[in-house]
Amino acid sequence: MSTSGTPGSGASATGATSVEVLSSGGNTAHRPSDFDPAAPLLSVTDLNVRFPTEDGLVHAVRGVDYTLRPGEVLGIVGESGSGKSVTSLAVMGLLPESARVTGSVRYRGHELLDQRDREMSRIRGRGISMIFQDPMTSLDPVYRVGDQIEETLRIHDKDLSSRAARARAVELLELVGIPQAGARVRSYPHEFSGGMRQRVVIAIAMANQPDVIIADEPTTALDVTVQAQILEVLQTALQETGSAMVLITHDLGIVAGMADRVLVMYAGRPVEVGGVEDIYYEPRMPYTLGLLGSLPRLDSTTRERLTPIAGSPPSLVNMPPGCPFAPRCPLHIAECDAAEPPLLDVGLDHTAACIRTEQVERAHGRAAAVFDTASTDLVLGGSPLPADAAAAPVEGEDDGRPGPPAAAAPDAFRGETGTVTTPRGDRP
Amino acid sequence: MSAPTTGRTSGTDGAREPILSVRGLKKHFPIKGGGLIKRTVGAVRAVDGLDLDLHPGEVLGLVGESGCGKSTTGRAILNLQPATEGSVRFQGREIVGLGRKQMRPLRRDIQIVFQDPYASLNPRLPVFDIVAEPLIVHGLTRDEQHLRARVRELVELVGLNPEHTNRYPAEFSGGQRQRIGIARALALEPKVLVLDEPVSALDVSIQAGVINLLEDLKDRLGLSYLFIAHDLSVVRHISDRIAVMYLGRIIEVAERDELFERPAHPYTQALLSAIPLPDPRRERARQRIIISGDVPSPANPPSGCRFRTRCQKFAHQLDDTQRQRCIDVEPELEDRGVGHLNACHYAEAARVL
Repeated sequence: MSTSGTPGSGASATGATSVEVLSSGGNTAHRPSDFDPAAPLLSVTDLNVRFPTEDGLVHAVRGVDYTLRPGEVLGIVGESGSGKSVTSLAVMGLLPESARVTGSVRYRGHELLDQRDREMSRIRGRGISMIFQDPMTSLDPVYRVGDQIEETLRIHDKDLSSRAARARAVELLELVGIPQAGARVRSYPHEFSGGMRQRVVIAIAMANQPDVIIADEPTTALDVTVQAQILEVLQTALQETGSAMVLITHDLGIVAGMADRVLVMYAGRPVEVGGVEDIYYEPRMPYTLGLLGSLPRLDSTTRERLTPIAGSPPSLVNMPPGCPFAPRCPLHIAECDAAEPPLLDVGLDHTAACIRTEQVERAHGRAAAVFDTASTDLVLGGSPLPADAAAAPVEGEDDGRPGPPAAAAPDAFRGETGTVTTPRGDRP
Repeated sequence: MSAPTTGRTSGTDGAREPILSVRGLKKHFPIKGGGLIKRTVGAVRAVDGLDLDLHPGEVLGLVGESGCGKSTTGRAILNLQPATEGSVRFQGREIVGLGRKQMRPLRRDIQIVFQDPYASLNPRLPVFDIVAEPLIVHGLTRDEQHLRARVRELVELVGLNPEHTNRYPAEFSGGQRQRIGIARALALEPKVLVLDEPVSALDVSIQAGVINLLEDLKDRLGLSYLFIAHDLSVVRHISDRIAVMYLGRIIEVAERDELFERPAHPYTQALLSAIPLPDPRRERARQRIIISGDVPSPANPPSGCRFRTRCQKFAHQLDDTQRQRCIDVEPELEDRGVGHLNACHYAEAARVL
């Protein structure tokens, strides 16, 4: 593997020349005519996805709404299992047949959910394209990378000659910063490193200048120095194609740098939506606040204690009524359990699904004002190891520790099935 | 190379004896080739001459990208994978070359927590047995009642409900499993804990709880940590001193804030610069150093300075005679006037955050 590479980012160096090449493809003439140019690019309304399993119906996505505006980057953040990937697979029509999808996904006013796969194939790659997390599995190992790019081009443009497609493939590879693109176009995926493969995937995603690129954790499989390269290539791709992007990630740093608007998901639903600065500096949903507070900061000289969120996300089978975050929420009151709150307006173009946003507002983004940093002290309140003479027991840290729940004999648990209650779920 | 080098990673406690001291550590994995008869045709030089000191009560962060040899270092220090060459001393006692039996008493003092709490706990053992196993193996239990009390204590210590010890790992969340792994490691009252990416498999809201726990345990039990991780935000939060690894060697060591505020090695600068900050205004205002290419193969590292093939300084700032030095001479880990140790001929402190 050559590491001599292009100094800095090859993408930006070659970017300028490729604009003409890409736009000369004459894409717009091939857009399906029944799309309304005035309609929003992508609008998702009340999207629900359910998967039947042995344990019951898993309600993985529970009413997602969003609208993507032209040229905008919408960041979707959430922890694993929050439904952010399933949402995007539903938009692309890529879920397995067993999935039950309801609601509406409109691309330029055109409903996608009732499309057959054949019709969706005309939109995938041209109207909406996708970048997956793992470039090892999203490229076909038995075809040369050039062939895979050319396939994407020629499937949407039957008139494109093989020679022209090859030329475009080389241009695209140069654009995403692959050195010696003319030679590397004949390589197989296994001849590339992970970062290089992800560049190829991005080249494929931008090949037809789609209106929307959905990037699902595009850098999660990569090392941080390679991630920085890929993020720069993504920026280049957006500039070159003018596409809007849905950027799905768990990394709040990437979203801070790339997104215009942010949608925070929890337990299959958006719990807060707003402009990127509102979300980071003035969050209104306790979950968002807690998520930001639990992040150790690279740029902080003070060693502030992190604020973990107690407990773990709920199971998405047979969810009880009420706010799904309530069991972990420090601002929880009885009303929270009555009904799941809808997204309420909390500011200009800023909504949060919480009935106690005023309390969150007072924290002004400081998680420690709401969340209990002592919650781990609480669990550490036990006596120190008796044999460890060197250890000085820290007294006075065990305030508020609830005693162990009235100790049933341990054997009482034996044979019990069902979900485990987290120990800290015992908090009053 | 096995001779002691200048790499005494002295910190503020230069006068104190390190509890763990590593010199010239090498771990090479042979590459077998040929047909029926397997011959060694080369070696993956996963760790290739590494020096570090861990002082009592200190958290030393060991960071680097995947494949830089940080986990191999952790395992070689514990003698889980015998070192090819070099010396690892725990409280002055040489570990390299000890057999399994000879290692056993030392295992009480140095324990490890692994990255993946789904793979490091036996799914067929209830939590009680997992935490009790080290106590039984080392014959530290007087009777059944004492064992029960001790396991209960350990499980409470890591913030789990002691009523749950007869459950199996599958019933616990990732964060809870990692706490079980920590309880098991603490069972023998070790002095040093090697933490190999202990929180990278966890979601951030859960990760924060485990980090807080590790900090508290360190203070309460007077532990020393070798904290191996790729996430520099976590490392900055928990470490006192940080060593940066690249391709099997340490390229920079400094006190925590010194490293983040005044990194001197081009790789450290690029690494810090590459990490996105969860702060939109600061993140958008940053100038990013983007280095090209990927990490070279540790089977065939570049001559001279290992980082030169990706180095932004080598590519853009040095002249040909300066470059020749990078190609010919491998830089030692020493203080070049920036106030801490680094392995770059042309080290210059710079602010990148």
